[in-house]
Amino acid sequence: MSKIVYLIIAVIVVISIIVAIIFFNSDKEKTNYHYEASNTKFDELHSFISRDPISGDALATVTISEPINLIPAISSDSASHDVTSYIYNGLVKYNKDLELVGDLASSWEISEDKKEITFHLRKDVKWHDGEPFTAKDVEFTYKFMIDDKTPTSYDADFRLIDSLEVIDNHTVKVKYKTLFSPALNSWGIWMMPQHLLDGKLVTQSSLQRNPIGTGPYKLFSWSEGDSIQLIANKDYYESKPYLERIIFRVIPDTATSFLELLNGSIDTMALSAMQATKQTNMNRYKENYNTYSYLDTSYTYVGFNLRRAPFDNNTLRKALSYATPKQDIIAGILFNRAEEATGPYKTDTIWYNGNVERYDYNPEKAIALLKEIGYEDTDNDGFLDKNGEKFEFEILTNQGNKVRSQIAEILQKAYKDIGIDVTIRIVEWSTFLSENINKGRFSVIVMGWNIVQDPDLFDVWHSSRCDGNGLNFICYKNDKVDELLIKGRETYNVVERQAIYNRIQELIADDAPYIFLYTPYANIALSKRFKNIEPAPAGLKHNLIDWYVRKLEQKYYFKQ
Amino acid sequence: MLKYIIKRLISMFPILIGITIISFFVMHLAPGDTVTIQQSLNPKYSETAREKFVKMYNLDQPIYKQYLIWLKKFATLDFGNSFSSDGRKVIDKIGDRLPITLGLNIISMILIFIIALPLGVLSAYYRNSIFDKTVTIIVFVGFAIPMFWLALMCMYFFGIVLGWLPISGLTSYNFDSLSITGQIADVIKHITLPIAITVFGGIASISRFGRTSTLEVLGQDYIMSARARGIGEKTILFRYALKNAMLPIVTLLGLSIPGLIGSSVIFESVFSIPGMGQLFYQSVMMRDYPTVMGILVIGSLLTLIGNLIADIAYAYIDPRIRYS
Repeated sequence: MSKIVYLIIAVIVVISIIVAIIFFNSDKEKTNYHYEASNTKFDELHSFISRDPISGDALATVTISEPINLIPAISSDSASHDVTSYIYNGLVKYNKDLELVGDLASSWEISEDKKEITFHLRKDVKWHDGEPFTAKDVEFTYKFMIDDKTPTSYDADFRLIDSLEVIDNHTVKVKYKTLFSPALNSWGIWMMPQHLLDGKLVTQSSLQRNPIGTGPYKLFSWSEGDSIQLIANKDYYESKPYLERIIFRVIPDTATSFLELLNGSIDTMALSAMQATKQTNMNRYKENYNTYSYLDTSYTYVGFNLRRAPFDNNTLRKALSYATPKQDIIAGILFNRAEEATGPYKTDTIWYNGNVERYDYNPEKAIALLKEIGYEDTDNDGFLDKNGEKFEFEILTNQGNKVRSQIAEILQKAYKDIGIDVTIRIVEWSTFLSENINKGRFSVIVMGWNIVQDPDLFDVWHSSRCDGNGLNFICYKNDKVDELLIKGRETYNVVERQAIYNRIQELIADDAPYIFLYTPYANIALSKRFKNIEPAPAGLKHNLIDWYVRKLEQKYYFKQ
Repeated sequence: MLKYIIKRLISMFPILIGITIISFFVMHLAPGDTVTIQQSLNPKYSETAREKFVKMYNLDQPIYKQYLIWLKKFATLDFGNSFSSDGRKVIDKIGDRLPITLGLNIISMILIFIIALPLGVLSAYYRNSIFDKTVTIIVFVGFAIPMFWLALMCMYFFGIVLGWLPISGLTSYNFDSLSITGQIADVIKHITLPIAITVFGGIASISRFGRTSTLEVLGQDYIMSARARGIGEKTILFRYALKNAMLPIVTLLGLSIPGLIGSSVIFESVFSIPGMGQLFYQSVMMRDYPTVMGILVIGSLLTLIGNLIADIAYAYIDPRIRYS
């Protein structure tokens, strides 16, 4: 027994040493800060009180999964693109009001026949390694994108190019095979350094983990599975960003991210509707954070498989649209953090047309419409039937998206109220795509689309995209819409394009192939110590290089 | 004994090959493929990209050919490159994460045994006492509480309300600039919560096993005869009873090896620990076949070795078991 007593004593001693080390160290860290603060030189005193923007500090943010590859053209995960958006630039970009403006190109001309674009490049741009950015890099990026050895998924727009000509060091001329109005916007693609990638196999390039771009931030460190740190590029062509670093913490669980936010370990994160409405009422949050809300670039919809009876019937789809309580979904699941959708555009963009057939919740009308096409409860079992068959179907959605499965539950209840027996099936993402979506094996689905800046809807709505792995997997076919979609791609004038897409929205609403549910709000929590925040249609981060923290409020210090 | 060990080691090869065959084919039975997921309904995904990727990953070959390609590489200890767009070597990917998961789990395992075993033995010895009943209640609470919930509660309490411990991750931002003792302290602070919660959850089964098997042993004739000879209670309990009660627990240890490698996906997500559980889960979801196979092979290898160690440990604990 005495041995055990010794063992226990030994364990206690070891534990107390460990605890002592921990507390000793944390005390030392704290005193370090005080020391630094009290030892500040007198001429720096000005910067303490001044309200002028000042360099320093870091923005700690969160990513749900580890970025996979920091060459954006060959990565397809959003985590990688989040990080690379600070590292690379394109020739053009969208400004805060979502208008196309020059980025690495200072200006451009479009030829009379609209098939040629001449870009004039900025002359003061340097890669992170000091090499100048020139027309050669643009030419290389184009060749890189269409090279079969490049494992990229984003080559479609570049395959429409007939030729690319380098006129001089800072001018390139691009010639297209056909009229293609999203062409200009496609040059927002990340420019790649020719001097580092030309003639090399991109899949073995060190740039995948040590990117060299032209953007406002450079990679500083990457600790696997834990965090990525970016450091300000002092030679950035616009101006050096004030914030010294951007830190991405990899935290897969959003509940954990929220705790880290409350704890101050991260400065910003996107809150779920639930977090934004129900969990941010505490003082700890309100004292330290602001919540910024703006319309997100996505919409959620219910889609019908138009190849399958009875969903090929317009009246039936309209009846189901009327039976869908959009407002209940928005209030109950999204806590009113969403706008009702009527078509595939955001309500706050110039492409949106609200004057289309609306399907406000009206179960009586739904029942009347269904009666028109022969659905009635003849056997009094509480469910509608036609030709002796009960009206029933299955709603399918993917696993891992709680909002979508909750929507399916609300629909199930709402459709039961008008006498339709609905079952719900939730399928793992990969299986969902390959077995259900790509093979057309579904009746009704709950899904979402991202809304891109260019209004082109060809890929999702043109009848030619119904086969194979096309994105028009509901198989929507309307000759008039097909014609307008092609016209829209060939029209450069914004007003004319607006008219075309307005008409398309009306036609789609009349056919009701989707029930457009809502566009959610993005709810961004951001620490109050960051100044110069300017919320705009483009979101928050469009002017990130102008954000700063006052000297007194700065939280992180870095050795220069 | 040495001959036995060598024999066991040699017989591992056919078992391992069998495991890879079954894993490979079962893995391919799951619908979906990596190209479809990368495409993920992206309007910018070009038509030609799909073909390009299918060819690149050899997905156009029949499954048995894909297996042979994999086996040929594996014979030279090459696990291939991941299908995810980083294209890194599978062995590097696993190498980054295996030490973290193994380390955390071995520490927890040792702590679980140090705490659970005496707890089990003592509650068997003092059965139906207040001590036994208190332990039973605590242990069952630990067994019944969902660990992710307990983890979130503890993170909130110790991380935010008290502010004593960091909430997630393994190191702080300024880890590189800390002194060596500072770095050690930083890591210890970070792993305290995850380990404490794993241990709390793990004590339940081991201490129950310890209790049951000790009870069984204490009822044996030789314990009675030891008592009849006037041998002290402590000697009986710790020298005679404990050794015999250990046998089933050693079996349990051998069986828990796969758990050491796989760990818990939920647990690693909650604490954002970049471990094997996360890697495995993501790889399966992405249908990243080379990575999945790599993890399965390493996992089964460690399990086989674990079983061997458990068998050897039997012989050590119970001299009646001899292998020849």
